[in-house]
Amino acid sequence: MRGLPMPSVPSPLPTSPHVRSLWPMLRALLGRWRSSLRLLRPAHVEANRAKIAVAQLGHQYANKVVALQDVDLNVRSGEFVCLLGPSGCGKSTLLYALAGQVKPTGGTVSIDGKPIHGPGPERLLMFQEAALFPWLTVRGNITFALAAKGVPRAQRKERADAFIRRVQLTGFEDTLPHQLSGGMKMRASLARALAMDPAVLLMDEPFGSLDAQTRIHMQELLQSIWMRTGKTVVFVTHDVHEALMLGTRVVLMAPRPGRVVRDLEVHLPMPRKPEDAGLNEMTRHVRELLRQVEGPAPREPVPRPPPAPHPAVPAHGLARPAR
Amino acid sequence: MKRYVHKLGMFVLLLGSWELVARLGIWSPHLFPGPVTVVKSLGAMLSDGRMAEATLRSLGRLGRAYLVSVAIGVPLGLLMARISFFRDAVKPVVMGLQALPSICWLPLALLWFGLTDAAILFVVVMGSVLGIAIATEDSVNGVDPQLVRVASTLGVKGMRFQLGVILPAALPGIVTGLKLGWSFAWRALLAGELLFVSGGLGQLLTVGRELMDVPQVMAVMLAIIVIGITVDRVLFQTVEVRVRRRWGLVPSM
Repeated sequence: MRGLPMPSVPSPLPTSPHVRSLWPMLRALLGRWRSSLRLLRPAHVEANRAKIAVAQLGHQYANKVVALQDVDLNVRSGEFVCLLGPSGCGKSTLLYALAGQVKPTGGTVSIDGKPIHGPGPERLLMFQEAALFPWLTVRGNITFALAAKGVPRAQRKERADAFIRRVQLTGFEDTLPHQLSGGMKMRASLARALAMDPAVLLMDEPFGSLDAQTRIHMQELLQSIWMRTGKTVVFVTHDVHEALMLGTRVVLMAPRPGRVVRDLEVHLPMPRKPEDAGLNEMTRHVRELLRQVEGPAPREPVPRPPPAPHPAVPAHGLARPAR
Repeated sequence: MKRYVHKLGMFVLLLGSWELVARLGIWSPHLFPGPVTVVKSLGAMLSDGRMAEATLRSLGRLGRAYLVSVAIGVPLGLLMARISFFRDAVKPVVMGLQALPSICWLPLALLWFGLTDAAILFVVVMGSVLGIAIATEDSVNGVDPQLVRVASTLGVKGMRFQLGVILPAALPGIVTGLKLGWSFAWRALLAGELLFVSGGLGQLLTVGRELMDVPQVMAVMLAIIVIGITVDRVLFQTVEVRVRRRWGLVPSM
Protein backbone atom coordinates (compact mmCIF):
# COMPACT_ATOMS: atom_id res chain seq x y z
CA MET A 1 0.00 0.00 0.00
CA ARG A 2 2.69 2.37 1.09
CA GLY A 3 4.56 2.18 -2.21
CA LEU A 4 1.53 3.21 -4.31
CA PRO A 5 1.12 6.87 -5.16
CA MET A 6 -1.83 8.15 -3.13
CA PRO A 7 -4.21 10.80 -4.42
CA SER A 8 -3.49 14.07 -2.69
CA VAL A 9 -5.66 14.26 0.42
CA PRO A 10 -6.08 17.66 2.06
CA SER A 11 -4.00 17.64 5.21
CA PRO A 12 -5.95 18.08 8.45
CA LEU A 13 -3.13 20.22 9.77
CA PRO A 14 -2.94 23.92 9.01
CA THR A 15 -0.18 25.10 6.70
CA SER A 16 2.29 26.13 9.38
CA PRO A 17 2.14 23.62 12.25
CA HIS A 18 5.26 24.94 13.99
CA VAL A 19 3.79 28.25 15.04
CA ARG A 20 0.54 26.71 16.18
CA SER A 21 2.08 23.95 18.32
CA LEU A 22 4.71 26.09 20.01
CA TRP A 23 2.42 27.51 22.67
CA PRO A 24 0.82 24.23 23.75
CA MET A 25 4.29 22.71 23.92
CA LEU A 26 5.50 25.44 26.22
CA ARG A 27 2.40 25.13 28.32
CA ALA A 28 2.85 21.39 28.56
CA LEU A 29 6.45 21.85 29.66
CA LEU A 30 5.52 24.33 32.32
CA GLY A 31 2.69 22.14 33.47
CA ARG A 32 4.94 19.14 33.64
CA TRP A 33 7.45 21.00 35.74
CA ARG A 34 4.73 22.15 38.11
CA SER A 35 3.14 18.74 38.26
CA SER A 36 6.48 17.10 38.94
CA LEU A 37 6.53 19.10 42.13
CA ARG A 38 2.94 18.20 42.89
CA LEU A 39 3.72 14.54 42.21
CA LEU A 40 6.50 14.63 44.79
CA ARG A 41 4.79 15.19 48.11
CA PRO A 42 6.12 14.89 51.67
CA ALA A 43 5.26 11.53 53.19
CA HIS A 44 3.57 11.22 56.57
CA VAL A 45 3.25 7.72 57.93
CA GLU A 46 2.22 7.14 61.51
CA ALA A 47 4.21 4.62 63.45
CA ASN A 48 1.19 2.58 64.49
CA ARG A 49 0.23 1.96 60.87
CA ALA A 50 3.72 1.07 59.73
CA LYS A 51 5.12 -2.31 58.80
CA ILE A 52 8.65 -1.18 59.61
CA ALA A 53 9.04 1.45 62.31
CA VAL A 54 12.40 3.08 62.94
CA ALA A 55 12.47 5.49 65.87
CA GLN A 56 15.30 7.72 67.07
CA LEU A 57 17.80 5.39 65.48
CA GLY A 58 21.42 6.26 66.03
CA HIS A 59 24.56 4.39 65.23
CA GLN A 60 28.15 5.18 66.01
CA TYR A 61 30.93 2.97 64.70
CA ALA A 62 33.83 1.97 66.92
CA ASN A 63 35.96 4.64 65.28
CA LYS A 64 33.51 7.32 66.58
CA VAL A 65 32.08 7.99 63.13
CA VAL A 66 28.41 8.83 63.55
CA ALA A 67 26.75 6.85 60.80
CA LEU A 68 23.18 7.66 61.84
CA GLN A 69 21.64 10.24 64.12
CA ASP A 70 17.99 10.51 65.19
CA VAL A 71 16.57 8.68 62.21
CA ASP A 72 12.80 8.19 62.16
CA LEU A 73 11.30 6.22 59.33
CA ASN A 74 7.96 4.44 59.05
CA VAL A 75 7.34 2.16 56.11
CA ARG A 76 3.89 0.89 55.22
CA SER A 77 3.33 -2.63 54.01
CA GLY A 78 3.73 -2.91 50.25
CA GLU A 79 5.70 0.29 49.85
CA PHE A 80 8.81 0.55 47.71
CA VAL A 81 11.06 2.88 49.68
CA CYS A 82 14.32 4.11 48.19
CA LEU A 83 16.99 5.38 50.56
CA LEU A 84 18.85 7.95 48.50
CA GLY A 85 21.94 9.91 49.36
CA PRO A 86 25.64 10.42 48.76
CA SER A 87 28.16 7.93 50.11
CA GLY A 88 28.66 8.19 53.84
CA CYS A 89 25.10 9.29 54.57
CA GLY A 90 24.37 6.10 56.49
CA LYS A 91 21.85 4.65 54.06
CA SER A 92 23.55 1.26 54.01
CA THR A 93 23.95 1.30 57.79
CA LEU A 94 20.22 1.96 58.11
CA LEU A 95 19.48 -0.92 55.75
CA TYR A 96 21.80 -3.27 57.64
CA ALA A 97 20.12 -2.23 60.89
CA LEU A 98 16.77 -3.18 59.34
CA ALA A 99 18.29 -6.49 58.26
CA GLY A 100 19.63 -7.09 61.75
CA GLN A 101 23.20 -7.38 60.51
CA VAL A 102 24.19 -4.19 62.36
CA LYS A 103 23.20 -3.64 65.97
CA PRO A 104 22.49 0.08 66.28
CA THR A 105 23.88 1.92 69.29
CA GLY A 106 20.64 3.80 69.93
CA GLY A 107 16.94 3.82 69.07
CA THR A 108 14.65 1.02 67.98
CA VAL A 109 13.76 -0.86 64.83
CA SER A 110 10.57 -2.86 64.87
CA ILE A 111 8.68 -4.89 62.31
CA ASP A 112 4.95 -5.36 62.78
CA GLY A 113 5.34 -3.80 66.19
CA LYS A 114 7.96 -6.28 67.37
CA PRO A 115 11.50 -5.03 67.95
CA ILE A 116 14.08 -6.95 65.92
CA HIS A 117 17.14 -8.70 67.23
CA GLY A 118 19.38 -9.99 64.48
CA PRO A 119 18.51 -11.38 61.05
CA GLY A 120 15.12 -12.99 60.55
CA PRO A 121 13.35 -14.99 57.87
CA GLU A 122 10.77 -12.25 57.18
CA ARG A 123 13.52 -9.84 56.06
CA LEU A 124 15.91 -10.71 53.28
CA LEU A 125 19.00 -8.70 52.42
CA MET A 126 20.39 -8.54 48.89
CA PHE A 127 23.85 -7.21 48.21
CA GLN A 128 25.58 -5.33 45.44
CA GLU A 129 27.19 -8.60 44.44
CA ALA A 130 24.93 -11.45 43.44
CA ALA A 131 26.59 -13.57 46.19
CA LEU A 132 25.54 -16.88 44.67
CA PHE A 133 27.12 -20.05 45.99
CA PRO A 134 29.67 -20.69 43.22
CA TRP A 135 29.62 -24.49 43.48
CA LEU A 136 25.84 -24.73 43.00
CA THR A 137 23.91 -24.26 39.79
CA VAL A 138 21.27 -21.55 39.48
CA ARG A 139 18.60 -24.04 40.48
CA GLY A 140 20.85 -25.53 43.17
CA ASN A 141 21.29 -22.12 44.75
CA ILE A 142 17.53 -21.73 45.05
CA THR A 143 16.77 -25.25 46.24
CA PHE A 144 19.54 -24.99 48.84
CA ALA A 145 17.94 -21.84 50.23
CA LEU A 146 14.50 -23.46 50.11
CA ALA A 147 15.84 -26.45 52.04
CA ALA A 148 17.10 -24.07 54.74
CA LYS A 149 13.62 -22.55 54.85
CA GLY A 150 12.16 -26.01 55.44
CA VAL A 151 10.35 -26.50 52.12
CA PRO A 152 9.75 -30.24 51.52
CA ARG A 153 12.17 -31.83 49.06
CA ALA A 154 9.45 -32.71 46.55
CA GLN A 155 8.38 -29.09 46.08
CA ARG A 156 11.80 -27.44 45.88
CA LYS A 157 12.62 -28.02 42.23
CA GLU A 158 9.24 -26.96 40.98
CA ARG A 159 9.28 -23.83 43.09
CA ALA A 160 12.83 -22.97 42.04
CA ASP A 161 11.93 -23.32 38.37
CA ALA A 162 8.90 -21.09 38.82
CA PHE A 163 11.07 -18.27 40.16
CA ILE A 164 13.73 -18.85 37.51
CA ARG A 165 10.97 -18.33 34.97
CA ARG A 166 9.82 -15.20 36.74
CA VAL A 167 13.25 -13.57 36.40
CA GLN A 168 13.49 -14.78 32.78
CA LEU A 169 16.39 -17.15 33.28
CA THR A 170 14.67 -20.20 31.80
CA GLY A 171 17.24 -22.40 30.10
CA PHE A 172 19.96 -21.53 32.61
CA GLU A 173 18.70 -23.70 35.48
CA ASP A 174 21.75 -25.98 35.38
CA THR A 175 24.32 -23.27 34.70
CA LEU A 176 27.02 -22.46 37.23
CA PRO A 177 27.21 -18.86 38.45
CA HIS A 178 30.62 -18.13 36.93
CA GLN A 179 29.22 -18.96 33.50
CA LEU A 180 26.58 -16.20 33.78
CA SER A 181 26.89 -12.51 32.96
CA GLY A 182 26.61 -9.90 35.70
CA GLY A 183 22.96 -9.17 34.99
CA MET A 184 22.06 -12.85 34.86
CA LYS A 185 23.82 -13.46 38.18
CA MET A 186 21.78 -10.65 39.71
CA ARG A 187 18.59 -12.14 38.29
CA ALA A 188 19.48 -15.53 39.77
CA SER A 189 20.13 -13.83 43.09
CA LEU A 190 16.76 -12.07 42.82
CA ALA A 191 15.05 -15.38 42.06
CA ARG A 192 16.66 -16.90 45.15
CA ALA A 193 15.53 -13.98 47.29
CA LEU A 194 11.96 -14.10 45.94
CA ALA A 195 11.76 -17.86 46.39
CA MET A 196 12.36 -17.35 50.10
CA ASP A 197 9.15 -15.29 50.08
CA PRO A 198 10.18 -12.70 52.66
CA ALA A 199 7.67 -10.02 53.68
CA VAL A 200 10.37 -7.40 53.38
CA LEU A 201 13.08 -7.27 50.73
CA LEU A 202 16.12 -5.16 51.64
CA MET A 203 18.37 -4.29 48.72
CA ASP A 204 21.79 -2.66 49.03
CA GLU A 205 22.58 -1.03 45.68
CA PRO A 206 21.86 -4.32 43.93
CA PHE A 207 22.32 -2.92 40.43
CA GLY A 208 25.28 -0.71 41.23
CA SER A 209 27.84 -2.88 39.50
CA LEU A 210 25.84 -3.48 36.31
CA ASP A 211 26.26 -1.61 33.06
CA ALA A 212 23.67 1.04 32.24
CA GLN A 213 21.64 -1.03 29.80
CA THR A 214 21.47 -4.08 32.07
CA ARG A 215 20.58 -1.88 35.00
CA ILE A 216 17.53 -0.53 33.17
CA HIS A 217 16.42 -4.07 32.33
CA MET A 218 16.81 -5.08 35.96
CA GLN A 219 14.88 -2.05 37.16
CA GLU A 220 11.99 -2.84 34.84
CA LEU A 221 12.06 -6.47 35.89
CA LEU A 222 12.13 -5.60 39.58
CA GLN A 223 9.28 -3.15 39.09
CA SER A 224 7.07 -5.67 37.34
CA ILE A 225 7.82 -8.27 40.01
CA TRP A 226 7.10 -5.78 42.78
CA MET A 227 3.79 -4.83 41.14
CA ARG A 228 2.80 -8.49 41.02
CA THR A 229 3.91 -9.54 44.47
CA GLY A 230 3.31 -6.36 46.48
CA LYS A 231 6.30 -6.93 48.71
CA THR A 232 7.63 -4.25 50.99
CA VAL A 233 10.97 -3.19 49.54
CA VAL A 234 13.65 -0.96 51.02
CA PHE A 235 16.14 -0.14 48.32
CA VAL A 236 19.43 1.70 48.85
CA THR A 237 20.86 3.64 45.94
CA HIS A 238 22.87 6.76 45.18
CA ASP A 239 21.32 7.06 41.73
CA VAL A 240 18.50 9.64 41.78
CA HIS A 241 16.97 8.41 38.56
CA GLU A 242 16.92 4.83 39.80
CA ALA A 243 15.25 5.88 43.06
CA LEU A 244 12.50 7.79 41.26
CA MET A 245 12.09 5.10 38.64
CA LEU A 246 11.43 2.42 41.25
CA GLY A 247 10.23 4.00 44.46
CA THR A 248 6.78 4.88 45.69
CA ARG A 249 8.71 6.83 48.27
CA VAL A 250 12.15 8.39 48.25
CA VAL A 251 13.96 9.13 51.48
CA LEU A 252 16.75 11.66 51.01
CA MET A 253 19.67 11.30 53.40
CA ALA A 254 22.66 13.50 54.10
CA PRO A 255 26.06 12.72 55.61
CA ARG A 256 28.01 13.91 58.68
CA PRO A 257 26.05 12.88 60.67
CA GLY A 258 23.95 10.47 58.64
CA ARG A 259 20.33 11.65 58.82
CA VAL A 260 17.07 11.85 56.90
CA VAL A 261 16.48 15.26 55.36
CA ARG A 262 13.44 14.69 53.14
CA ASP A 263 10.84 11.98 52.91
CA LEU A 264 8.90 12.24 49.67
CA GLU A 265 6.12 10.23 48.08
CA VAL A 266 6.45 9.74 44.35
CA HIS A 267 3.06 9.99 42.66
CA LEU A 268 3.98 8.72 39.23
CA PRO A 269 1.92 5.96 37.64
CA MET A 270 3.42 2.45 37.46
CA PRO A 271 4.89 0.86 35.47
CA ARG A 272 7.35 3.64 34.85
CA LYS A 273 9.63 3.95 31.88
CA PRO A 274 13.19 5.21 32.34
CA GLU A 275 12.79 7.72 29.51
CA ASP A 276 9.51 9.13 30.87
CA ALA A 277 9.65 12.94 30.73
CA GLY A 278 7.93 13.49 34.08
CA LEU A 279 10.43 11.16 35.68
CA ASN A 280 13.35 13.04 34.18
CA GLU A 281 11.95 16.39 35.28
CA MET A 282 11.56 15.04 38.78
CA THR A 283 15.09 13.63 38.70
CA ARG A 284 16.45 17.10 37.97
CA HIS A 285 14.42 18.51 40.85
CA VAL A 286 15.61 15.90 43.35
CA ARG A 287 19.23 16.32 42.23
CA GLU A 288 18.84 19.99 43.03
CA LEU A 289 17.47 19.11 46.47
CA LEU A 290 20.36 16.74 47.09
CA ARG A 291 22.88 19.38 46.12
CA GLN A 292 21.35 21.68 48.73
CA VAL A 293 21.40 19.12 51.52
CA GLU A 294 24.93 18.05 50.68
CA GLY A 295 26.11 21.42 51.93
CA PRO A 296 27.43 21.85 55.46
CA ALA A 297 25.37 20.11 58.11
CA PRO A 298 23.03 22.50 59.96
CA ARG A 299 23.99 21.14 63.35
CA GLU A 300 27.68 21.83 62.91
CA PRO A 301 28.09 25.53 62.33
CA VAL A 302 30.83 26.11 59.83
CA PRO A 303 33.11 28.99 60.77
CA ARG A 304 32.06 31.79 58.48
CA PRO A 305 34.70 33.93 56.82
CA PRO A 306 34.92 37.48 58.16
CA PRO A 307 32.72 39.99 56.35
CA ALA A 308 34.08 40.68 52.94
CA PRO A 309 35.96 43.98 52.77
CA HIS A 310 34.26 44.70 49.45
CA PRO A 311 30.54 44.15 49.96
CA ALA A 312 30.01 44.43 46.26
CA VAL A 313 31.52 40.96 45.72
CA PRO A 314 29.43 38.16 47.25
CA ALA A 315 31.54 35.95 49.52
CA HIS A 316 30.08 32.73 48.22
CA GLY A 317 30.19 33.42 44.54
CA LEU A 318 27.32 34.53 42.39
CA ALA A 319 23.79 33.64 43.30
CA ARG A 320 22.30 30.85 41.23
CA PRO A 321 20.25 32.31 38.40
CA ALA A 322 16.54 31.75 38.78
CA ARG A 323 15.03 29.08 36.56
CA MET B 1 53.59 -28.39 21.14
CA LYS B 2 56.68 -26.26 21.70
CA ARG B 3 56.43 -26.97 25.42
CA TYR B 4 56.64 -30.70 24.80
CA VAL B 5 59.62 -30.26 22.50
CA HIS B 6 61.38 -28.31 25.23
CA LYS B 7 60.54 -30.93 27.83
CA LEU B 8 61.68 -33.81 25.64
CA GLY B 9 64.87 -31.94 24.71
CA MET B 10 65.78 -31.40 28.35
CA PHE B 11 65.05 -35.05 29.13
CA VAL B 12 67.26 -36.31 26.31
CA LEU B 13 70.01 -33.87 27.28
CA LEU B 14 69.98 -35.09 30.89
CA LEU B 15 70.11 -38.76 29.93
CA GLY B 16 72.79 -38.05 27.35
CA SER B 17 75.10 -36.23 29.74
CA TRP B 18 74.53 -38.89 32.39
CA GLU B 19 75.55 -41.63 29.94
CA LEU B 20 78.49 -39.53 28.77
CA VAL B 21 79.83 -38.96 32.29
CA ALA B 22 79.42 -42.65 33.08
CA ARG B 23 81.35 -43.65 29.95
CA LEU B 24 84.15 -41.18 30.58
CA GLY B 25 85.08 -43.45 33.47
CA ILE B 26 85.92 -40.71 35.99
CA TRP B 27 84.34 -42.84 38.67
CA SER B 28 84.19 -46.58 38.90
CA PRO B 29 81.22 -47.96 36.91
CA HIS B 30 80.14 -49.77 40.07
CA LEU B 31 79.63 -46.45 41.81
CA PHE B 32 78.38 -44.43 38.85
CA PRO B 33 76.53 -46.64 36.38
CA GLY B 34 75.02 -45.18 33.23
CA PRO B 35 71.30 -45.00 32.53
CA VAL B 36 71.38 -48.19 30.47
CA THR B 37 72.64 -50.25 33.42
CA VAL B 38 70.11 -48.63 35.72
CA VAL B 39 67.23 -49.34 33.37
CA LYS B 40 68.41 -52.96 33.05
CA SER B 41 68.39 -53.27 36.83
CA LEU B 42 64.93 -51.72 36.95
CA GLY B 43 63.77 -54.20 34.31
CA ALA B 44 65.17 -57.07 36.34
CA MET B 45 63.34 -55.94 39.46
CA LEU B 46 60.15 -55.45 37.50
CA SER B 47 60.32 -58.88 35.87
CA ASP B 48 61.02 -60.87 39.07
CA GLY B 49 58.21 -59.07 40.90
CA ARG B 50 60.33 -57.47 43.60
CA MET B 51 59.45 -53.97 42.43
CA ALA B 52 55.73 -54.66 42.17
CA GLU B 53 55.65 -56.23 45.62
CA ALA B 54 57.56 -53.39 47.23
CA THR B 55 55.47 -50.75 45.47
CA LEU B 56 52.20 -52.39 46.49
CA ARG B 57 53.40 -52.68 50.03
CA SER B 58 54.49 -49.05 50.21
CA LEU B 59 51.38 -47.69 48.53
CA GLY B 60 49.16 -49.86 50.71
CA ARG B 61 50.74 -48.40 53.82
CA LEU B 62 50.58 -44.93 52.40
CA GLY B 63 46.91 -45.32 51.49
CA ARG B 64 45.93 -46.47 54.96
CA ALA B 65 47.96 -43.81 56.74
CA TYR B 66 46.77 -41.11 54.39
CA LEU B 67 43.11 -42.01 54.91
CA VAL B 68 43.62 -41.76 58.66
CA SER B 69 45.35 -38.40 58.19
CA VAL B 70 42.51 -37.02 56.09
CA ALA B 71 39.88 -38.37 58.45
CA ILE B 72 41.57 -36.61 61.38
CA GLY B 73 43.14 -33.61 59.67
CA VAL B 74 40.14 -32.14 57.81
CA PRO B 75 37.76 -32.20 60.82
CA LEU B 76 40.54 -30.92 63.05
CA GLY B 77 41.13 -28.03 60.65
CA LEU B 78 37.41 -27.23 60.54
CA LEU B 79 37.25 -27.25 64.34
CA MET B 80 40.33 -25.05 64.62
CA ALA B 81 38.76 -22.49 62.30
CA ARG B 82 35.22 -22.53 63.70
CA ILE B 83 35.41 -23.21 67.44
CA SER B 84 37.23 -20.81 69.71
CA PHE B 85 38.51 -23.49 72.08
CA PHE B 86 40.27 -25.25 69.24
CA ARG B 87 41.54 -21.98 67.81
CA ASP B 88 42.93 -20.78 71.12
CA ALA B 89 44.15 -24.01 72.68
CA VAL B 90 44.67 -26.70 70.04
CA LYS B 91 46.01 -24.61 67.19
CA PRO B 92 49.22 -23.52 68.98
CA VAL B 93 49.93 -27.17 69.81
CA VAL B 94 49.38 -28.18 66.18
CA MET B 95 51.61 -25.36 64.98
CA GLY B 96 54.32 -26.38 67.46
CA LEU B 97 54.25 -30.03 66.46
CA GLN B 98 54.37 -29.05 62.82
CA ALA B 99 57.86 -27.68 63.46
CA LEU B 100 59.05 -31.23 64.18
CA PRO B 101 60.23 -33.11 61.06
CA SER B 102 58.09 -36.20 60.75
CA ILE B 103 60.97 -38.70 60.87
CA CYS B 104 61.75 -37.52 64.40
CA TRP B 105 58.64 -39.43 65.48
CA LEU B 106 60.24 -42.72 64.42
CA PRO B 107 62.28 -43.49 67.56
CA LEU B 108 59.21 -42.89 69.69
CA ALA B 109 57.06 -44.94 67.34
CA LEU B 110 59.52 -47.84 67.46
CA LEU B 111 59.49 -47.81 71.24
CA TRP B 112 55.69 -47.64 71.38
CA PHE B 113 54.74 -50.01 68.58
CA GLY B 114 57.90 -52.10 68.06
CA LEU B 115 59.14 -53.09 64.62
CA THR B 116 55.67 -53.22 63.10
CA ASP B 117 53.67 -51.62 60.34
CA ALA B 118 51.92 -49.56 62.99
CA ALA B 119 55.14 -47.68 63.74
CA ILE B 120 55.51 -46.58 60.12
CA LEU B 121 51.83 -45.73 59.85
CA PHE B 122 52.19 -43.59 62.96
CA VAL B 123 55.12 -41.68 61.46
CA VAL B 124 53.28 -41.11 58.18
CA VAL B 125 50.14 -39.93 59.94
CA MET B 126 52.09 -37.56 62.15
CA GLY B 127 53.90 -36.28 59.07
CA SER B 128 50.79 -35.36 57.12
CA VAL B 129 47.89 -34.83 59.52
CA LEU B 130 49.10 -31.51 60.87
CA GLY B 131 49.78 -30.09 57.44
CA ILE B 132 46.30 -31.08 56.29
CA ALA B 133 44.72 -29.59 59.40
CA ILE B 134 46.56 -26.30 59.02
CA ALA B 135 45.74 -26.03 55.31
CA THR B 136 42.06 -26.78 56.03
CA GLU B 137 41.94 -24.20 58.80
CA ASP B 138 43.55 -21.66 56.54
CA SER B 139 41.11 -22.19 53.70
CA VAL B 140 38.09 -22.07 56.04
CA ASN B 141 39.34 -18.76 57.43
CA GLY B 142 39.69 -17.52 53.88
CA VAL B 143 36.06 -18.18 52.97
CA ASP B 144 34.47 -15.16 51.28
CA PRO B 145 32.67 -13.25 54.10
CA GLN B 146 29.99 -12.29 51.59
CA LEU B 147 28.93 -15.95 51.36
CA VAL B 148 28.75 -16.15 55.14
CA ARG B 149 26.57 -13.03 55.22
CA VAL B 150 24.29 -14.26 52.46
CA ALA B 151 23.91 -17.58 54.26
CA SER B 152 22.90 -15.76 57.42
CA THR B 153 20.33 -13.62 55.60
CA LEU B 154 18.93 -16.73 53.90
CA GLY B 155 18.62 -18.33 57.32
CA VAL B 156 21.12 -21.14 56.64
CA LYS B 157 22.25 -22.26 60.08
CA GLY B 158 23.84 -25.08 62.05
CA MET B 159 25.13 -28.19 60.31
CA ARG B 160 23.57 -27.11 57.02
CA PHE B 161 25.73 -24.00 57.22
CA GLN B 162 28.92 -25.82 58.23
CA LEU B 163 28.61 -28.64 55.70
CA GLY B 164 26.64 -26.85 52.99
CA VAL B 165 28.38 -23.47 52.91
CA ILE B 166 31.67 -23.43 54.82
CA LEU B 167 32.97 -26.81 53.66
CA PRO B 168 32.27 -26.36 49.93
CA ALA B 169 33.44 -22.74 50.03
CA ALA B 170 36.73 -23.91 51.51
CA LEU B 171 37.02 -26.99 49.29
CA PRO B 172 39.48 -25.63 46.70
CA GLY B 173 41.87 -24.73 49.51
CA ILE B 174 41.27 -28.03 51.25
CA VAL B 175 42.11 -29.98 48.08
CA THR B 176 45.38 -28.08 47.82
CA GLY B 177 46.01 -28.98 51.45
CA LEU B 178 45.29 -32.65 50.74
CA LYS B 179 47.82 -32.57 47.91
CA LEU B 180 50.38 -31.05 50.23
CA GLY B 181 49.54 -33.64 52.88
CA TRP B 182 50.06 -36.41 50.37
CA SER B 183 53.54 -35.25 49.52
CA PHE B 184 54.38 -34.97 53.24
CA ALA B 185 53.07 -38.48 53.75
CA TRP B 186 55.08 -39.85 50.83
CA ARG B 187 58.31 -38.38 52.24
CA ALA B 188 57.61 -39.61 55.75
CA LEU B 189 56.79 -43.08 54.46
CA LEU B 190 60.05 -43.52 52.58
CA ALA B 191 62.11 -42.11 55.42
CA GLY B 192 60.45 -44.56 57.76
CA GLU B 193 60.89 -47.52 55.43
CA LEU B 194 64.57 -46.72 54.92
CA LEU B 195 65.32 -46.94 58.58
CA PHE B 196 64.10 -50.41 59.37
CA VAL B 197 63.35 -53.69 57.65
CA SER B 198 59.79 -53.49 56.52
CA GLY B 199 59.47 -54.59 52.92
CA GLY B 200 58.68 -51.74 50.58
CA LEU B 201 60.43 -49.29 48.33
CA GLY B 202 62.49 -47.90 51.19
CA GLN B 203 63.78 -51.30 52.06
CA LEU B 204 64.58 -52.03 48.44
CA LEU B 205 66.83 -48.99 48.57
CA THR B 206 68.51 -50.17 51.76
CA VAL B 207 69.09 -53.64 50.35
CA GLY B 208 70.68 -52.07 47.30
CA ARG B 209 73.03 -50.16 49.53
CA GLU B 210 73.93 -53.23 51.59
CA LEU B 211 74.70 -55.26 48.47
CA MET B 212 76.69 -52.33 47.01
CA ASP B 213 74.30 -52.53 44.07
CA VAL B 214 74.33 -48.91 42.88
CA PRO B 215 72.22 -49.61 39.76
CA GLN B 216 69.49 -51.00 42.02
CA VAL B 217 69.66 -47.94 44.28
CA MET B 218 69.33 -45.63 41.30
CA ALA B 219 66.59 -47.74 39.75
CA VAL B 220 64.52 -47.57 42.94
CA MET B 221 65.08 -43.83 43.12
CA LEU B 222 63.78 -43.54 39.57
CA ALA B 223 60.76 -45.63 40.44
CA ILE B 224 60.03 -43.45 43.48
CA ILE B 225 60.18 -40.31 41.33
CA VAL B 226 57.87 -41.82 38.71
CA ILE B 227 55.30 -42.99 41.29
CA GLY B 228 55.39 -39.63 43.08
CA ILE B 229 54.85 -37.64 39.91
CA THR B 230 52.14 -39.98 38.68
CA VAL B 231 50.02 -39.71 41.82
CA ASP B 232 50.56 -35.97 42.06
CA ARG B 233 49.77 -35.25 38.44
CA VAL B 234 47.15 -37.85 37.64
CA LEU B 235 45.20 -37.86 40.88
CA PHE B 236 45.58 -34.57 42.68
CA GLN B 237 46.12 -32.24 39.75
CA THR B 238 42.99 -33.59 38.07
CA VAL B 239 40.85 -33.23 41.16
CA GLU B 240 42.25 -29.80 41.94
CA VAL B 241 41.69 -28.48 38.42
CA ARG B 242 38.17 -29.88 38.33
CA VAL B 243 37.20 -28.33 41.63
CA ARG B 244 38.71 -24.97 40.73
CA ARG B 245 36.97 -25.00 37.39
CA ARG B 246 33.58 -25.82 38.86
CA TRP B 247 34.04 -23.13 41.50
CA GLY B 248 34.85 -20.66 38.73
CA LEU B 249 38.35 -19.95 40.05
CA VAL B 250 39.97 -20.64 36.69
CA PRO B 251 38.41 -19.65 33.37
CA SER B 252 36.84 -22.78 31.92
CA MET B 253 37.38 -23.22 28.22
